[in-house]
Amino acid sequence: MLKLQGIAVSPGVTIGEALVLDSEGFRIPRRFVERSAVDTELERLANAVAETAREIERNRDAIRAELGEQYAAIFDAHLAMLHDERLQGELTSAVRDKNWWPEYAVSRTLRRYAKVFQSLDNHIAQRAHDIYDIEKSLLRNLLGQRRETLAAISQPVIVLAHNLTPSETANLDRRFVKGFATELGGPGSHTAIVAEGLEIPAVVGLGPFLADVSGGEPVILDGQQGVVILQPDEETIARYKLELEAARTVAAKLDTLRDLPAETLDGERIQLTGNIEFPSEAEQCLSRGCDGIGLYRTEFLYLTSRREPTEEDHFAAYSAVVQSMHGKPVVIRTLDLGADKMRTETTPEEERNPCLGLRSIRLSLRQLPMFRTQLRAILRASALGDVRVLFPLVSTIVELRQARLVLADVMEDLAEHGIAFNPKMPVGMMVETPAAVMMLDAFIKEVDFVSIGTNDLIQYTLAVDRGNKEVADLYNACDPAVLRLLSRSLDVAREAGVPANVCGQMSGSVMYTQLLLGLGLRQLSVPPSAIPEVKQACRSVSVADCREIAARALQMDSAREVKAFLRDQMRRRLSETVG
Amino acid sequence: MTTPETVSREVVVGIEQGLHARPADLVAREARKWQSRIELVAERQRADGKSILDLLTLAAESGTRLVVEATGPDAREAVEAIGGLFDRNFTEQT
Repeated sequence: MLKLQGIAVSPGVTIGEALVLDSEGFRIPRRFVERSAVDTELERLANAVAETAREIERNRDAIRAELGEQYAAIFDAHLAMLHDERLQGELTSAVRDKNWWPEYAVSRTLRRYAKVFQSLDNHIAQRAHDIYDIEKSLLRNLLGQRRETLAAISQPVIVLAHNLTPSETANLDRRFVKGFATELGGPGSHTAIVAEGLEIPAVVGLGPFLADVSGGEPVILDGQQGVVILQPDEETIARYKLELEAARTVAAKLDTLRDLPAETLDGERIQLTGNIEFPSEAEQCLSRGCDGIGLYRTEFLYLTSRREPTEEDHFAAYSAVVQSMHGKPVVIRTLDLGADKMRTETTPEEERNPCLGLRSIRLSLRQLPMFRTQLRAILRASALGDVRVLFPLVSTIVELRQARLVLADVMEDLAEHGIAFNPKMPVGMMVETPAAVMMLDAFIKEVDFVSIGTNDLIQYTLAVDRGNKEVADLYNACDPAVLRLLSRSLDVAREAGVPANVCGQMSGSVMYTQLLLGLGLRQLSVPPSAIPEVKQACRSVSVADCREIAARALQMDSAREVKAFLRDQMRRRLSETVG
Repeated sequence: MTTPETVSREVVVGIEQGLHARPADLVAREARKWQSRIELVAERQRADGKSILDLLTLAAESGTRLVVEATGPDAREAVEAIGGLFDRNFTEQT
């Protein structure tokens, strides 16, 4: 039995068979192919070569356009190496005559060349990098084809991989994929968000472990604790089975809350909305009894396809959500991605600090045609229900005004063409930088609502990248600095009579419910899976008590103290839900 | 032509950076135009003239003397064409 600790990104416990996806960088085992499969394997190899060639050509064309012919020539050399007759002959013969697995043939053969180059005592030694590049690309393409089998899974499995891209995650078949665990990845990554959206239990950031497991072995995955257990013993399996049973009982109990409002013991009605990423999640929110969609993230439209989404792509997704909500509010957030994640034609120079770089509203304001396309679709959807638009990462008033100007311009355009939209569509901004909090009294006069994104606010306030293991422990929602910024934001919004909502992970954790209500929050936007639990939490407390808790928490000067206090308060009042 | 003919001539690597990827690619491309087996021979090593990878393993620096050797029906033309590349120092053909 081997117990691994990773980062919990999507809750749920699951027991199942392992499906191991090899991946690049992973040691390629010496494997052989069946004689009868030689032709199919050779075809797979040929496809990988062709795909790799296309990749090199694409790079070459991009570099040529940007830097000129001289720099593009190196890619011609790559192509020549890839298509080298001798190399191709060696690869083919390795598969056909030695019956090597194509992955193994590629790795062995190319590494041999790389080694020869490395041993040379002149500049040719650098060509070894080119060979490794080609090897990597070929392997990725070979393994990528195997990964397509992900879509063809027909029995329950737990997927174990080096890494899963957001789109691979998005395409997992929920009927069969009972959970997944990856060596790479961190909290808040898109893969994590998607896993949560699909409600697939997931653990990421486990570090290298794929060498210790084979396909078909039993695996236990605990998405709550971030634990993966390989080759579990009988006793452990039995214990987890009991836990699964207990979780089902709690879920059944929470299910009875569906038609009850999120109302505190002293009669304060809380707006409880869902955070979604995919249109299908709107249904999950409704079935758990939500008051609307408080955050509809739209990044997936940009990430799942190779081309930029069209206005119709946007509109199809938005209108599906708006219609399924039957008049309940839907807050659509415009693109909140870094330029580094976009497949734009003009890739900007590598950013040293993407979190502080060209992203979100900054990117939208630079890429106006793309921004306008999205705004047109949001506006068109506003004719179908209660749609509100939300701008992410606003840090200066100029950005807010510019974004509103573009919106006004798009409205004019639609009006001219007689296309229906809501001219009074509410406009809001994310409050997720200390700058936005400090200047909120100015911003608040120019918005209809604000949404506090605690994930980014914590990161920017505490100067911590929570994907960085070395400092991740400094990332703490309980930090007094964060509490003060939250308190201030909610005070400013209340005084101005502008609705405020919190949509970070903080709002989805019942540990913070009392604190947030006590600070004056009346709208919580949470992942669909957290709706019942948070609703139960709201129904178990009184605002009067919450105020007291918040006041005491604000007096504390360390995150540790706050955390211990909040945890204690949660246990005291919410013991039933939390168990 | 039934008996394959072997033709050879000496060339000197004139490029400052030696026979690096781009010129090696040009040699291989040219060599592949001909039916003959073509090899570049260095002091201790022979390389397949049609393979950029193999040519690179020669690690021929500037000033290195190599022998271009072709065997086959069009050996003479092949050697002439490849020799020409070295003579022109791999500048654009006219």
